[in-house]
Amino acid sequence: MTLLRAFAKASATHIALAKKAFTLPDTNLSQKPPKKVLSFQQIILKLHDYWSEQGCAILQPYDMEMGAGTFHTATTLRALGPDPWNAAFVQPCRRPTDGRYGENPNRLQHYYQYQVILKPSPPDIQQLYLDSLTAIGIDPMLHDIRFVEDDWESPTLGAWGLGWEVWCDGMEVTQFTYFQQMGGFDCKPVAGELTYGLERLAMYIQGVDSIYDLDYNGAGVSYGDIFLDNEKQMSEWNFEVANTETLFDLFNKAVGECENCLEAKLPIPAYEQAIKASHVFNLLQARGVISVQERASYMGRVRDLAKGSCEAYMAKNGWAA
Amino acid sequence: MADFLLELLSEEIPARMQAKARADFERLFVAQLSDAGLKAADITVYSTPRRLALIAKDLPDQTEAVSEEAKGPPQGAPDQAVDGFCRKNGVTRDQLEVRDVKGRATYFAVINKPGRATSDVLSEAIPAIIKAFPWPKSMRWGDASLSTESLRWVRPLSGIVAILGDDLVECEIDGVTSGYETVGHRFHHDGVVTIGNAGDYAEKLRACHVLVDQAEREAIVREGAAKASSDGGLELVADEGLVIENAGLTEWPVPLLGGFDPAFLDVPEEVIQLTARVNQKYFICRDQSGKLAPNFICTANIDATDGGKAIVAGNEKVLAARLSDAKFFWELDQKTPLEEHAKKLSNIVFHEKLGTVADKVERVAKLAEWLVSLEGNGFYQSSPGDTLHGEVSEAARLCKADLVTEMVGEFPDLQGLMGGYYAEKQGKSEAVANAIRDHYKPVGQGDEVPTDPVTVAVSLADKLDTLVGFFQIDEKPTGSKDPFALRRAALGVLRLILENNIRISMRDLITAAAHDGGLDAGRDVASFFIDRLKVQQRDAGIRHDMIDAVVSVEHDGDNIRMVHRVNALQAFVETEDGANLLAGYKRAANILKKEKVEQSDIESLSYTPEKAEKALIDALDAAQPDVTAAIEAEAFEKAMTALADLRAPIDQFFEDVTVNDSDEDKRTARLALLARFRGAVHQVADFSKIEG
Repeated sequence: MTLLRAFAKASATHIALAKKAFTLPDTNLSQKPPKKVLSFQQIILKLHDYWSEQGCAILQPYDMEMGAGTFHTATTLRALGPDPWNAAFVQPCRRPTDGRYGENPNRLQHYYQYQVILKPSPPDIQQLYLDSLTAIGIDPMLHDIRFVEDDWESPTLGAWGLGWEVWCDGMEVTQFTYFQQMGGFDCKPVAGELTYGLERLAMYIQGVDSIYDLDYNGAGVSYGDIFLDNEKQMSEWNFEVANTETLFDLFNKAVGECENCLEAKLPIPAYEQAIKASHVFNLLQARGVISVQERASYMGRVRDLAKGSCEAYMAKNGWAA
Repeated sequence: MADFLLELLSEEIPARMQAKARADFERLFVAQLSDAGLKAADITVYSTPRRLALIAKDLPDQTEAVSEEAKGPPQGAPDQAVDGFCRKNGVTRDQLEVRDVKGRATYFAVINKPGRATSDVLSEAIPAIIKAFPWPKSMRWGDASLSTESLRWVRPLSGIVAILGDDLVECEIDGVTSGYETVGHRFHHDGVVTIGNAGDYAEKLRACHVLVDQAEREAIVREGAAKASSDGGLELVADEGLVIENAGLTEWPVPLLGGFDPAFLDVPEEVIQLTARVNQKYFICRDQSGKLAPNFICTANIDATDGGKAIVAGNEKVLAARLSDAKFFWELDQKTPLEEHAKKLSNIVFHEKLGTVADKVERVAKLAEWLVSLEGNGFYQSSPGDTLHGEVSEAARLCKADLVTEMVGEFPDLQGLMGGYYAEKQGKSEAVANAIRDHYKPVGQGDEVPTDPVTVAVSLADKLDTLVGFFQIDEKPTGSKDPFALRRAALGVLRLILENNIRISMRDLITAAAHDGGLDAGRDVASFFIDRLKVQQRDAGIRHDMIDAVVSVEHDGDNIRMVHRVNALQAFVETEDGANLLAGYKRAANILKKEKVEQSDIESLSYTPEKAEKALIDALDAAQPDVTAAIEAEAFEKAMTALADLRAPIDQFFEDVTVNDSDEDKRTARLALLARFRGAVHQVADFSKIEG
């Protein structure tokens, strides 16, 4: 890759995107109406049911803005240390720059990921995953399901892992990662992380061409009924209205508070402030007020906070690197 | 003799790693065998996404017994030495033998190694092979990963089948133990497959929808894709890379033909092809007239219950979504003129010490304008205000604008190409659009060299600016490290100059390309170019010493002149005249060096010269003007011929005349004559640089 290309590419990336954004192609599985189509919420409930049966703690979404489910403490912090941990949850993800004012049928600034974390990674994790697809109505003898190399790295979290993107008839429906490092620490033991793109899966299962046409509850409420206004207003705010002075101030305050927490040896609140700083940074990016030159230094600050929090978490629990 | 089967079952191995994995597997296995003194009659290696397998034919049942001898200390050596020798060889003192070595009684240890069962060798070799496997990236997993010392593999290793003859070779690594059981196709076959021996392995798996042979799967993809196209009245665009990749992604490949909305064909072909190939691993097709068809071929991994209808429908949807993104980018990008896009380049840092891309563009534009304002450089006859000048100026200022377009953001490989398309759509002249599209060329050794003057000027300026800039901030390539691809840039510059016959002094070019405030790197850049020229000309059979000989007499570095001269020189030196003249030159040069004579002019002789001396003077008088004139006219062959006339006289001179005469006048005059001869030769080239 030439230098120029590298820069062109880098300028299009996004700090908090621990996972690359799910673009959401409109997909349906056949022209004929499927027998009994699951609604958006039924897909979630089926997954909850399924993973609950596998012994996962079913958590609720983290109550803070974040760019990916991986940022949830149930993933990031629980990936550290020796204790076994199995959990599943839905996490709303906010990616301000992906907003399209509700006009793009495949892109949202707010959407849902379904996260599963299994630690240590069980030997039959691939089969467990495939069975979860069957549970939501995807027949592997009718659809082409494939594990295609896709390694994951989050410089923000000082984390990386190896795994795949899972394809269903050529569409990426899940990211499957074996965490190797988190916050710069080796994962001992390694956790397996599954991230389903819920809207994308639902569009596939329901055979609709626009996110907004998704059947949300099977009783007349569409995804658009719930979220279209949200997308329009939030896009406008993210791109045009958000007070950048306030945002810069928030960023600095979050940084300060994170450092304060780290000093007090409180890794969880420190980590929350790191997430906050990361999201505020993303908003500033969407407002286009961070120059390329400054960008790297902002990213570096967020990374230091996140890594510092992980380090404090290890220390608090008395775990050696 | 028995055949051996080893299968390593794994979670999905990346397709791009499989070819090397097969080679590594065989290499490691052969090394383990040969360490034990074993050799197979034949080895076959297979790979699928989920397994690596190796079949070794005709392995002996056991290794050969060997008897080795070690020579020890002489009899009567101190006990300590003898005991040490025994310990080292694992023998006791009474087992030592005493033999005569050149009249000295000396201890010998005879170590008998009995043959080992091959299965024992293999059970140790298998874990060693697994541990030594050089995956480009490897990982830990599962319970064992509580320790960072646990086994690393490309993805979790899930099983080992190791059968010698019909017998299990027992082994274990990190909790994975060997057995007879493997798995079939992930979806076509439930439960385990029990393998009997190496002979039934491939067929048993075939029955379970797994084709273990990569070559067989490749053939199915290759031929199946071609057939699916021709069944649809289309012609497949062959792509061997995709064949291999799809074969590496499937255990049971099934090529399927799909289509997309012809409205997407408005988007440039390259974009469609890239989207289909890179993102989706699809083949594309052309119709009878050679135009891109609205079709693609995907490779499924199952024989679907509905014959693949749902799979095709799904893939069509995915591609449609991707193409609609591409179409959206294509249309969106065109709403903004390239001039506006170019303004955003001031937000992109080219290199922290070399400013933004906008800064670079401005330097490139000035350099390109300067290039075409030079008279007599072979293909530019322009002055400011001419079309050429205007086009160069415009193309240079727009050449990087596409870097900030959505399309190039999505597909970095399309840089240049998209700019060319957008320029065309914007109504720019063909020359400008071509220059924007092709100014990155030539990229590699085999890449075509642009010939359109506008493109050549922008391409040259861009590469020179990069090269000189990085040298000025002391970021030169070192050893194998060349992160900014400066060698490639230099080679590009040379090819542009040579293949377009551009007459320009490298010295002027480097000076013109110099960045304000950087280090003075002109000399380094120049010698870097000379090194690149040597590498490039080596392929044409030109010797590096010929280039050195010419470089030291060519001061302004006109590459065209240099290469002509080098060619003439090498041809001459390889003739008999040339070789003899070189010998004469070396003799003269050695004497002059010994006597430390730099240059010396003698107006007239104070004595009557000897015949051979007079002949050399006459020959020089005759040849020198010819050489000068010929060089002036760049008729280097002619200059060599003129020089060849000196060969006989110089030989005769050394034959008949004593340089080191006791008469000081004679001695001085003769040394001066030799210096004059050396000077005449140097008009053509510095023969002292020529080897041999």
